[in-house]
Amino acid sequence: MSVLLEVNGISVSFDGFKAINNLSFSISNRELRAIIGPNGAGKTTFMDIVTGKTKPDEGTVLWGEKNLSLLRMSEAQIVEAGISRKFQKPTLIETQTVFENLLLSLKKSRNPLSTLFYKLSKADEKEINIIANEVNLTGSLNVLAGQLSHGQKQWLEIGMLLAQKPDLLLIDEPAAGMTAPERKKTVELLKRLSQNQSVIVVEHDMEFVKSLECRVTVLHDGGVIAEGSLDYVSQNDKVIDVYLGR
Amino acid sequence: MNKDFLSHIDKRNSFFWVSSIVILFTLIIILLSEAYGLNLVSTSFTKVLGKTLCLCIVALAMDLVWGYCGILSLGHFAFFGLGGYMIGMWLMFERTKNIVVESTQNNVLPLTETEISEAVGTQIFGVVGGAEIPLIWSFADSLLIHIVLILLVPGVLAYIFGWLAFRSRVTGVYLSILTQAMTLALSLYLFQNDSGLRGNNGLSGLQNIPNLDDFSQAELSIWFLILSALTLIFTYYICNLIVNSKLGNIITGLRDNETRVRFLGYKVESYKLFIFVITAIISGVAGALYYPQAGIINPAELAPIASIYLAVWVAIGGRGYLYGALIGAAFVSLASSYFTGGQIPNINFGIFTLKWVDWWVVILGLSFVITTLYAPKGIGGLIERIFRRS
Repeated sequence: MSVLLEVNGISVSFDGFKAINNLSFSISNRELRAIIGPNGAGKTTFMDIVTGKTKPDEGTVLWGEKNLSLLRMSEAQIVEAGISRKFQKPTLIETQTVFENLLLSLKKSRNPLSTLFYKLSKADEKEINIIANEVNLTGSLNVLAGQLSHGQKQWLEIGMLLAQKPDLLLIDEPAAGMTAPERKKTVELLKRLSQNQSVIVVEHDMEFVKSLECRVTVLHDGGVIAEGSLDYVSQNDKVIDVYLGR
Repeated sequence: MNKDFLSHIDKRNSFFWVSSIVILFTLIIILLSEAYGLNLVSTSFTKVLGKTLCLCIVALAMDLVWGYCGILSLGHFAFFGLGGYMIGMWLMFERTKNIVVESTQNNVLPLTETEISEAVGTQIFGVVGGAEIPLIWSFADSLLIHIVLILLVPGVLAYIFGWLAFRSRVTGVYLSILTQAMTLALSLYLFQNDSGLRGNNGLSGLQNIPNLDDFSQAELSIWFLILSALTLIFTYYICNLIVNSKLGNIITGLRDNETRVRFLGYKVESYKLFIFVITAIISGVAGALYYPQAGIINPAELAPIASIYLAVWVAIGGRGYLYGALIGAAFVSLASSYFTGGQIPNINFGIFTLKWVDWWVVILGLSFVITTLYAPKGIGGLIERIFRRS
């Protein structure tokens, strides 16, 4: 398995507070990875850096086989390179329908003029239906995104990531606000996705992480303190001290 | 299920109705006009209506940039004024030149180019104490170049301003203040006598169209009414095309959730710039049609208050409804000229006289407050509610 994303020695501080401190991390092609850690460990800041929202003070972020530096790219270029992100708080265009949200997410030209003359094709419609089916929203295509339940919003956002056909999905707290059956479906979905793409899931819910059956990275104070299977990191003294509790 | 989606778009397709109403309205005015009809509508009122159509055009631009794209620009009337200046330069130069040449027709020696240019310079710039024709008037005798400038000058200014502002990710009220500063700076600059555009005198006599001296103002007013109506329909078509396309979804999307659109991979800055420049060009065209009907343009027309009025029209008419913007602009500007035109008598209450000219601003302000509080979607929102119910 070749390395898809390699983060090397990044640090970033906000007003003197070190949110990320010499963090290194890498993920392979078609790998499912969970990131856990207490509040303020730097999980969201880490995603901000990978997606170009925040620029680190030092370190490198390399992407893909060609080892492109993501730090020199804009948010839009990073999406085009193949990284898509779901935010912690569901971030949708709430005033538009599920269909329209998915339509905007499809991997098509992002140029203003070509969007002006875009015509909905049968193939695109079919693709939207397939994605809607994948995230259990087939019946809600014409519902405004703002009217969905919290769990459905989470799914729609995941669906919007799928529509972009990324190589890496960054998924921030997918299980929040979901019922137990919904969680189960989400776990299945994420596992299925990781057969074709790399997926990084940030989650607080240990049950959920356990059911993902994947390698786990534990963050604390802006750095990695342990990495391995959930059973392995659960026995790590430091992890128990800062996160799991005795 | 996709049929629902398409019919959803059809429902919003108001182009047919709007263009029919505008055409019908124009035909009725022609039938009643002084020049071609029953002489029931005066030339001056025809001009007021023609100007109103131009204000509708700039209101469409404002609705697109503010109502749909979420950029509260307080600068679109400046682009409107610039369009007016660009056509005004040609109108004034060409007409003055014609007068100079005509008045010396009986001279033994025909005037040389230099003599004509000096005479024209004295005629136009005498009021600001100059006789030389400024460099920016170099192309003033070419209508074609000035038509291009009507599009180019507002477009390029909007591009430069927008590029700087959007790239720095200035948004919300800060952006509004920046656009207002741009408008104020432009207006103040034009007030300067050495700006080359006759300072506070502005450009005048624009109602006289060069080389069309054989036609009366009554006839010209109808021609301009038709031209304004056609431009309005064309603009409506373009705006309707934009808001009902995928581009429309993107710009309303970035209005409602800029982060999501950015992280879907769209270059938010390019989209804002695209809409800002297009609407600036539309505003310039509207201005170029307005001022030949108004007859005079001066820097006061570009003052920030004009752009604020524009925002008020669109807010009352309904942000995010193209036809709402038209209704707002038409009714509020007509009501405004009615109340401030001195046509209704003041009411004397003995101790206090109600002067409509003064009180109009209060009425307008109150209706703005009432709309914001009780009908935040404006008249357009009310209309939609009525149609939804039936």
